[in-house]
Amino acid sequence: MLLEQILFFVAAGGAIAGALGVVVLRNPFFSVLALVGHLLALAVLFLLLRAEFLAAAQIVVYAGAVMVLYVFVVAYVGGIEEPLGSSAGPLRVLGPVFAAALLVEVAIATVGSGLRAVDSTGPDVAAGFGSPQAIGNLLMLRFLIAFEMASYLLLVAAVAAVVLAQRRRGLEEAGGERFSQVGRRPERGPQAEDPAAAGTGSPGASPVTEREPADGTGPAEREPATAGTSASREG
Amino acid sequence: MGIAWFVVLSAFIFCIGAAGVLTRRNPLVILLCLELMLNAGNLALIAFARASGNGDGQVFALIVMVVAACEVVIGLGLIVAMYRRKLPIDADQMSELRG
Repeated sequence: MLLEQILFFVAAGGAIAGALGVVVLRNPFFSVLALVGHLLALAVLFLLLRAEFLAAAQIVVYAGAVMVLYVFVVAYVGGIEEPLGSSAGPLRVLGPVFAAALLVEVAIATVGSGLRAVDSTGPDVAAGFGSPQAIGNLLMLRFLIAFEMASYLLLVAAVAAVVLAQRRRGLEEAGGERFSQVGRRPERGPQAEDPAAAGTGSPGASPVTEREPADGTGPAEREPATAGTSASREG
Repeated sequence: MGIAWFVVLSAFIFCIGAAGVLTRRNPLVILLCLELMLNAGNLALIAFARASGNGDGQVFALIVMVVAACEVVIGLGLIVAMYRRKLPIDADQMSELRG
């Protein structure tokens, strides 16, 4: 019993510290790391609540797969350090005010009600309460429709991610091309004799060369790689 | 360990996440704070499942995890698309639906 309480307070402190770290840290990369710590602490809390399967799923799926996705995107977009708080205007004031109001409201709801209905340790449950077998039985027998809908939702999300992240030619040319011409005009001169570089901005360029205008890095250092791929493609 | 402790903790984490969504500007961090809020909800669901003694709440939490994973995928896809089109990665400046 004492060990359970110690474990609860250690894990709860870790969860709150991780959550605060996500909100307060300025670099998004450190925010992701703080969220990983938060998720691990939550998995310990799930274990205390006898949800063994969910604790394992939390660690494997959340702290493993989803966070890796986050790290990749942070590395791709670049860890943009931003000042805390909104840029200007009423949002700068209203955001923290609403957050404090929500905290007060939830505090009133929890403390005011005294949580009488749930103030117990819960009934004694059988040994296999949160085991994969119990969850699987529930999913396959009672919640089959929800299970199937979840798999369908995952399929839709995967297709949507592909559609969102692919390079759409029309939109890229409408938006990205205009930006790229403003930025690239001066640097284009010395490489104009290179056939691969000349074909970079044309509408009929291959998807590999199309990548060039949308990239955030300087075109000069990317030019040899593009030329190589284009040459191999043409040859 | 009383169930009420877990519920209060989940309320705290939810508030921290909501404060992050309201105050941060980087869409990546806003997505992370959304994760915090969803996880707080998960913790409450599992606590209530323990209080009622059956596993329905745990299945519910599992479905919430699936929905959260979908939301992450869509949100990160949007951020990558924003980055590709050289739009500012800033929620305050993204005030139009039309990029």
